[in-house]
Amino acid sequence: MLPDQLKEDSVATALEARFPDAVTGGHAERGEPTLFILPERIVEVCRFLKNEQAFLRLSGITAVDWHPADPRFEVVYLLHSLDRNKRLRLKCRVGESQCEIDSVTGVWRSANWYEREVFDMFGIAFRGHPDLRRILMPSDWEGSPLRKDYPVHGYKYSYQDE
Amino acid sequence: MREGTLHTGTISALDAEQTAGAPPEGAIHRMTLNMGPQHPSTHGVLRVVLELDGETIVTAIPDIGFLHTGIEKECEVKTWQQVVTLTDRVDYLANLSNNLVYALAVEKLIGDIEIPPRAQWMRVMMAELSRLNSHLVWLGTHALDIGAMSVFFYCFREREDILRILEMFSGQRMMTSYIRIGGLALEPPRGWQHVVGKFIRAFPSKVDEYEELLDTNPIWTRRTQGVGIAPLEDLLDLGVTGPMIRAAGVKWDIRKSEPYSSYDKFDFEIPTRSENDVYARYRVRLSEMRQSARIITQALEGMPEGAWQADAPKIVLPEREKMKTQMEALIYHFKIVTEGFRVPAGEVYQAVESPRGEIGYYVVSDGTSKPYRIFMRTPSFGNLQALPALLEGRLLADSIAALGSMDFVLGDVDR
Repeated sequence: MLPDQLKEDSVATALEARFPDAVTGGHAERGEPTLFILPERIVEVCRFLKNEQAFLRLSGITAVDWHPADPRFEVVYLLHSLDRNKRLRLKCRVGESQCEIDSVTGVWRSANWYEREVFDMFGIAFRGHPDLRRILMPSDWEGSPLRKDYPVHGYKYSYQDE
Repeated sequence: MREGTLHTGTISALDAEQTAGAPPEGAIHRMTLNMGPQHPSTHGVLRVVLELDGETIVTAIPDIGFLHTGIEKECEVKTWQQVVTLTDRVDYLANLSNNLVYALAVEKLIGDIEIPPRAQWMRVMMAELSRLNSHLVWLGTHALDIGAMSVFFYCFREREDILRILEMFSGQRMMTSYIRIGGLALEPPRGWQHVVGKFIRAFPSKVDEYEELLDTNPIWTRRTQGVGIAPLEDLLDLGVTGPMIRAAGVKWDIRKSEPYSSYDKFDFEIPTRSENDVYARYRVRLSEMRQSARIITQALEGMPEGAWQADAPKIVLPEREKMKTQMEALIYHFKIVTEGFRVPAGEVYQAVESPRGEIGYYVVSDGTSKPYRIFMRTPSFGNLQALPALLEGRLLADSIAALGSMDFVLGDVDR
């Protein structure tokens, strides 16, 4: 189910050939290849990309909250290959009711802190993460600050009363 | 106090452990040492919980977040141009690199905006000045941690010159916000060639001075050589970028591999080393300073003439004169200042080479006048994850040298 923009892309076609049902779409807007991956297949897709497509580096993992859309979240994986001088973006859609996805710490160790950050800021849990706890906010913090329904000044204080 | 698997290692916990009875004969007694969050050599508020077996570090657990200010959240309620001032505060030693990556990302999202050559070259020059600034602070404080005090005074002498140049350009010494979406904040001031030229002609000899001060110092070489080593595969897997990975022999620099803002028109080299220790990182950064000086000299000599802002009236504020005399310019001015400009919906990831490594902004727009989401992939955060790999199994005394060689800025880690 690759769009025409990505038919020429060697990584996208290799991935499509190997996991035809895991890739649910994609685009190459502004020259940046992006693939949508089924959340339950993300670990094997990442392992394939690292071991057979030379994406040795994971630049980062983040999420975008599309509240009130459903599924609400997009978990974004920013991959980079030094050998091929190429970047690739993977996206998984995660719903609010079952707010979790498999961890890719087994593929890249650098995923550890990025997944903790997403967990901290968006409340998305990563199954199989070795040490899933808050990283930037205090451990007793309530709520997920980067969610769109979380007020910028927090729940506790209101500057309007002052 | 945080809970979970992290050993909090408070004094009372240690006391309780020790008064619970002497350890059985032959048992290894491990001590937990709490380094930071106010330890001077962490240059900020980093806490590392160290478990020690004698003088050897068994485990090192970094604990971050003390400087978290929620910049990513705040970006979502500012207009596109206002966010520039927030990017300054992420990595306050290389603020122009942050300005640059943000401006490039938004310009990529906008699409039909062309940055004139003069602005592009000026951006390169400013980014390289801020690289010098950052490396000078690093060298001075790193040497200070290891016990060589005089280097600090030498480095801050040159840093002062750079800050004066930044002030001359932007009116600010540190939080310059000089690179804006669509070009620069202000026209380059009169006589800047003279000031920058004077500084950059003298600078290479200053680098020689630092080199002589440190390389002839046996304490410096012994405390840095063969210290802070971790296998290259580990560093790559843990997401390390920048001078640290180049000191391990990887010839990768985003200025060369994915050139931006006219870097492909400049002639410079990527210094690498193969030893992968603290000393190699120092050598790489020293060579980078010389290369940056080369780039600045080229920018100075070949600076194109012409506009310093894009011809995009809906994005760039009009000149003062025009605003007061032309109706249209006044309307644009009013629109940009009150509402801000709209950016087409979409997403981009833009990376640049900051003094610390890959700094990448993932910017999502929903078509309004405020960013929908900005993720800052900061080099300090990525590099700091490798800290346990550098410390574990080594001596406690070497931890300061290893920490310093990573060159992280806590504002950049915690955002």
